[in-house]
Amino acid sequence: MSLMNDFSKGLVKENPVFRLVLGMCPTLAVTGLAINGLGMGLSTTAVLLSSNLVISVLRKAIPEKIRIPCFIIIIATFVTIVDMLLKAYQPALHSQLGIFVPLIVVNCIILGRAEAFASKYPVVNSMVDGLGMGLGFTLSLTLLGAVRELLGNGTIFSANIMGAGYQPFRIFSFPPGAFIALGLMMAGMNILAKKFKLE
Amino acid sequence: MSNIITIFFGAVFINNFVLSRFLGICPFLGVSKKVETSIGMGMAVTFVMGMASMVTWLLEYYVLVPNSLEYLRTIVFILVIASLVQFVELVIRKVSPTLYQALGIFLPLITTNCAVLGVAILNIQIGYNLFESIVFGVAAAVGFTLALVIMAGIRENLELVSIPEHFRGVSLALIIAGILSIAFMGFQRMM
Repeated sequence: MSLMNDFSKGLVKENPVFRLVLGMCPTLAVTGLAINGLGMGLSTTAVLLSSNLVISVLRKAIPEKIRIPCFIIIIATFVTIVDMLLKAYQPALHSQLGIFVPLIVVNCIILGRAEAFASKYPVVNSMVDGLGMGLGFTLSLTLLGAVRELLGNGTIFSANIMGAGYQPFRIFSFPPGAFIALGLMMAGMNILAKKFKLE
Repeated sequence: MSNIITIFFGAVFINNFVLSRFLGICPFLGVSKKVETSIGMGMAVTFVMGMASMVTWLLEYYVLVPNSLEYLRTIVFILVIASLVQFVELVIRKVSPTLYQALGIFLPLITTNCAVLGVAILNIQIGYNLFESIVFGVAAAVGFTLALVIMAGIRENLELVSIPEHFRGVSLALIIAGILSIAFMGFQRMM
């Protein structure tokens, strides 16, 4: 049961974006379109899963005092790999995400999970934790991307939803819209959390 | 010279790092509760970003490129930045213990402040020379500080009003940031 719990907590109860408020920069920056949110989320999940795996395997070998630099090197290695893979196989997405691909390395979720979970628990639990947190992040980014794309463009995943007569709120495609949409969604999540007693 | 001025004002106002490039959001939301702390944080970040721009530029063009090791850029840059932050932390602890107390957990967190790594990578991507890189780094940090201080000023006043329960905290901070971002979009017309 505990494995199930390790997995599901990242999706809702400890959702990195809406509950823990971590990883805000990519959340706001790449969610102009739902597809970019999904791509960013999955790339981050890949890094999180691999770094949790390696850190958990090495957790007894890494000396306590220099653990943070060690974690950062491990994370940066996987970010570099993901960066290269994206550039090779998804060049369009890679150029859309731009500078935020190398910046996955400073996403607080990844270092946070390394420090709080992977450095303390066995390999399987750490991988499940990484997967759950990563998918929770992906879910939030895709959701925010879909809301912004729908309001700012009338489409979701480039499929037209609103019909031809829709006058888009262009502002939601621009930076201010990211802040406002996420702020409103977060207030909505607070209401839901209260209703279902997640506190 | 006009080039330098364009880079500076562009980074502070037009493409403000926080409000239009979304770099450095975590400290922007976390440390912006008091004007005093946010100025301290801004100064620490300015120093780190100026230094980081210079050191990473030199590393890129004198170590990585000659040895065709560009693919190690992310790893090398983040390590340099982490060491720089450690150094700044030591200095602040010695010079001003009060500031050190106030900045608390966010000082080591400058390492994971994406604005620092972001500026280092942008310098290389845009292809600035050494001097332009340093100017861009410092200007980006000044823009960051400006956004932080404005936000702190607004949040200090928010303490006095009653806010609907569900909007308290991050939610309202994000909406305010959105309105500030609209204001900053006005600067785009100036260039």
